[in-house]
Amino acid sequence: MKKEDVPQDPGFSNGIPEISYAVDERGRYSLVSSRGWEPKTVANEQAWEVIDEKTREQIRLVEAGKRSPLAYHMTRNLMDVGLLASYAGLSRWRVRRHLKPKAFNKLPAEIKARYAEIFGISMASLHEVPKATDSNPNE
Amino acid sequence: MNDGAPIEISFSHRQSAHCETGVLSNLISHHGLKISEAMVFGIGAGLFFGYFPFVRLNNLPLTAYRIATGGIMRRATKRLGVRLQWEKFKNPVKAMDALDRKLEAGIPVGCRTGAYWLSYFPRRYRFHFNMHNVVAIGKNNGSYRISDPVLPEPVDCPAEDLVKARFAKGIMAPKGRMYHVAEMPQSADFEKGVRKGIKEVCRSMLSVPAPFIGTKGIRYLAKKIERWPRKLDDRSAALHLGQIIRMQEEIGTGGAGFRFIYAAFLQEAAPILNRPELIDLSAQMTEIGDRWRDFAVIGARICKKRASEMESYAALSDILRSCADLEELLFRKLDGLVRR
Repeated sequence: MKKEDVPQDPGFSNGIPEISYAVDERGRYSLVSSRGWEPKTVANEQAWEVIDEKTREQIRLVEAGKRSPLAYHMTRNLMDVGLLASYAGLSRWRVRRHLKPKAFNKLPAEIKARYAEIFGISMASLHEVPKATDSNPNE
Repeated sequence: MNDGAPIEISFSHRQSAHCETGVLSNLISHHGLKISEAMVFGIGAGLFFGYFPFVRLNNLPLTAYRIATGGIMRRATKRLGVRLQWEKFKNPVKAMDALDRKLEAGIPVGCRTGAYWLSYFPRRYRFHFNMHNVVAIGKNNGSYRISDPVLPEPVDCPAEDLVKARFAKGIMAPKGRMYHVAEMPQSADFEKGVRKGIKEVCRSMLSVPAPFIGTKGIRYLAKKIERWPRKLDDRSAALHLGQIIRMQEEIGTGGAGFRFIYAAFLQEAAPILNRPELIDLSAQMTEIGDRWRDFAVIGARICKKRASEMESYAALSDILRSCADLEELLFRKLDGLVRR
């Protein structure tokens, strides 16, 4: 890649300028800052579409009373039951139970506080989910 | 984590393409041995190719353009005669205290972190990736000064984020791991390091007896990609393809799945081995990198359903096969050159 060909396409929001290795007119390598590259942005956005869709699905399930808000927060934080269980120091089996509204509502404050701390949110926010109609549940 | 006087170690932060090589080159340079990221990458034999359909990442096959994380650091330090002192912790308070002691002594400290918890990254960059390396270079007012090599400048990171990041859970959990340079060599033997690094890359690219590794692995992926339109539905095929593009171009490769960094290394290696042929091989590696970039361009068009008729999965396979052929040729020449 030549220095002048280092792409400067607008990346997704708040993109970090990244280092590309490129050659100058005499063929010598140097480090060039790149603001983004369209193909990379396409691939990244595609990956996030999948995550956003999963998150929206969880919101719908919470609204339908089939899942607890914990299921939404878990998905939003890109976790699965295994990963959340290891953060919470609980068995997978218990975390899976807490994804059901009934078990979640009965949880002692101490366990809820543990979950809230993991996600970096308040206890009140742990009970909240955004609307399913929000275009971007992950922002 | 008591708060003492502010500390800021004078540390020359150079933005790098990749975290592991960036941290190591910055740390070693700080201790007096000026070394580029590309040189660390080359001596550490970072270049690789592997397509592992049986290892799943977000339910998609894993494609690797570099050796397993941690390997570059291990090999490069060994070959340069640098000794890193590693520590790991069970207790987060002790881990942060130990970090503070080192900073107070004016020693920059490398930390293994889970990138998901580093809030200085925009949200869309944050995944549960537990092998992200950063250097702590100071502390002020409950927040740490962090030299993250993929960022243009050092940043401040709240202590509570750094604790979370150092004790991220899941695959390859960092367990508070931190390291600092304990010993520097009297004089580093670059020639030997470069030679060993090149030999090792040639071996992993040419002669690992597994069909999914090295140039064989590139051909293996070419064969797989050809079949995707028949075996997978449109959406799933596009996701498989998108994943490959991400692994190839994502933050930290310097472009073209580390091929450009490696070309930069070969160029730097020419005067060290006194082999002007390496300049030509570097130029060839750059051309190969450009082919990989073509792959990403066409692949992204297919993902977006913007591809022309000629830009098909079959066309992608052809590009990969030509990459495999060119890389095989190049590594054979390179192998011959370092053995003589």
